[in-house]
Amino acid sequence: MLVRAVWVLVLLVTGLVVLSLGVGAAGLPLAEVWRTLWDSAETPARLIVWELRLPRALLGVLVGAALGASGATLQATLRNALAEPYLLGVSGGAAVGAVMAAGLGFAGLGTLATWAFAGALVAVGVVLMLGRDRQGARPPASLLMAGVVTGAFANAVIMVVLAQSTPTAQRNALWWMMGSLSAARWSDVAGLALAVAVLGAGLLHMARSLDVIALGGDTAASLGEASERVAMRLFVLASLLAAATVATAGLVGFVGLMVPHLARAVVRDGNSRRTLVVAALGGSALVLLADLAARTLRAPAELPLGAVTALLGVPFFLWQLRRNR
Amino acid sequence: MIESRELTVRYPGSDRPALSEVTLQAARGQLTALVGPNGSGKSTFVRALLGRAPVTGGSLRLDDRSLVEYGDRERARRLAVVLQREEPVFPMTVRDYVALGRHPWRGAWGPVTAADTTAVEAALHDADVAALATRRTDTLSGGEWQRVRIARALAQEAPALVLDEPTTFLDIAHEMDCFELLASLARHGRAVLVVSHQLNLVARFADRVGLLSSGTLAAFGEPGAVMRGEILEQVYRWPLVVSRDPAVGAPTLVPLRRHR
Repeated sequence: MLVRAVWVLVLLVTGLVVLSLGVGAAGLPLAEVWRTLWDSAETPARLIVWELRLPRALLGVLVGAALGASGATLQATLRNALAEPYLLGVSGGAAVGAVMAAGLGFAGLGTLATWAFAGALVAVGVVLMLGRDRQGARPPASLLMAGVVTGAFANAVIMVVLAQSTPTAQRNALWWMMGSLSAARWSDVAGLALAVAVLGAGLLHMARSLDVIALGGDTAASLGEASERVAMRLFVLASLLAAATVATAGLVGFVGLMVPHLARAVVRDGNSRRTLVVAALGGSALVLLADLAARTLRAPAELPLGAVTALLGVPFFLWQLRRNR
Repeated sequence: MIESRELTVRYPGSDRPALSEVTLQAARGQLTALVGPNGSGKSTFVRALLGRAPVTGGSLRLDDRSLVEYGDRERARRLAVVLQREEPVFPMTVRDYVALGRHPWRGAWGPVTAADTTAVEAALHDADVAALATRRTDTLSGGEWQRVRIARALAQEAPALVLDEPTTFLDIAHEMDCFELLASLARHGRAVLVVSHQLNLVARFADRVGLLSSGTLAAFGEPGAVMRGEILEQVYRWPLVVSRDPAVGAPTLVPLRRHR
């Protein structure tokens, strides 16, 4: 059952990547897509596939996988079904970084992407600091509260900065906050691939510890896990994974929250390693599908990716929820 | 053997220690009970065994080595603990849950070994939950869940076992069952330490009883010596009579009504 689900997801992701190569403002028949992949002649079709659509599709795969795995990790680490990277500082911090770059003209000191990434890191650091109790532990409830207040503070900063910005800067910042894969370049793909490979391997390596951490701090300690230290490591790995995506794709909501739930419903035995794999594949599939919809439904205009993931994902999630009741 | 030597625990910001110079032993082959009123430090003692309470004086020892010398996994292979409360967030089957008890024996990777499978099946059997093996943890009754948690601790195959109020939510049959299981585990060579409010069961089953009162050990010894009316009345601040049960020969305790 599980093996079949994984194969279905792998095929789905592969199919969606292939479809993404052919579909767009200029429709390319699959045969032509196929030719461009092997033929090195500099045709416009080759340019579209190699320089625009392939990096974009692969970026979608990576962003979805990263957000899915990050959410799955955080939900288990914090033992809370609502935990997700965006609730724990990543999105707020990244958005503050982005509006500062776009709105205040800080962009001269590095790209919007760098600022967003740096903002995410700062916010995660703040959440970790605020979430500490007197004994130096970080109970899940404190971390979640810290994430929520950090997010609220970030929102306030964003509004203040945007209010002072030019319409162009506002538009740029808003577009970034709505998420998009349209700026995908090979260098972004390579960077994110490296991050996903390293951080993902780290999470997979710690998956058995995550199984036990999900039972709660005291029980995890009774089973030989240094609970706080391990939970902290998992938290940082998952947050970094999500932060790596905001630099290139902006904020793609919903994936980190809902995909892990669906993954758990598929895996069923609570095994974190399998949940991580399924959540990563499911995230990839959802982001690819949403991106296809975002750039074809109102072509040549693009719909905001972060909104489309929710528009597509929520009905599917509700259908799953009803079916599993 | 689990041993505490003048153990003192004081939480930061608190004006009095949660445990003060507590010295007791839970030997292999014996069922040792730790009793005392709410807030007397019983659960703090258990948390200290897990390295999760601020020990400010004295020491804890496990099999003649200081507990702090053990690595986390190494300790978990020698000391299994069933905590007072545990709320699972992600449901799974009982067998998968009990298999998490093998965690201290398993590396980050690698398959389930024959030893793992044997230990899990034996634990399911010993805690009398084999029939529940394929049930999901979110469908269990309170009593079933307690026994499943005990099974998970048994799967650790640790020579020392600590349980914090394992009979909460259990009916009288399952209470008896639980204490008989603990006594039998002790007879087979484990060091079993149980924190309990069931003084009558403790009196019948335990080999040694430690009585905690506001963080200090008011008495430690055989049930007959510890569970005496004048001691218990003072510690619990409640009038009671202790008689010797003619059927089982253990001290039997009846709290009296203050008002009719």
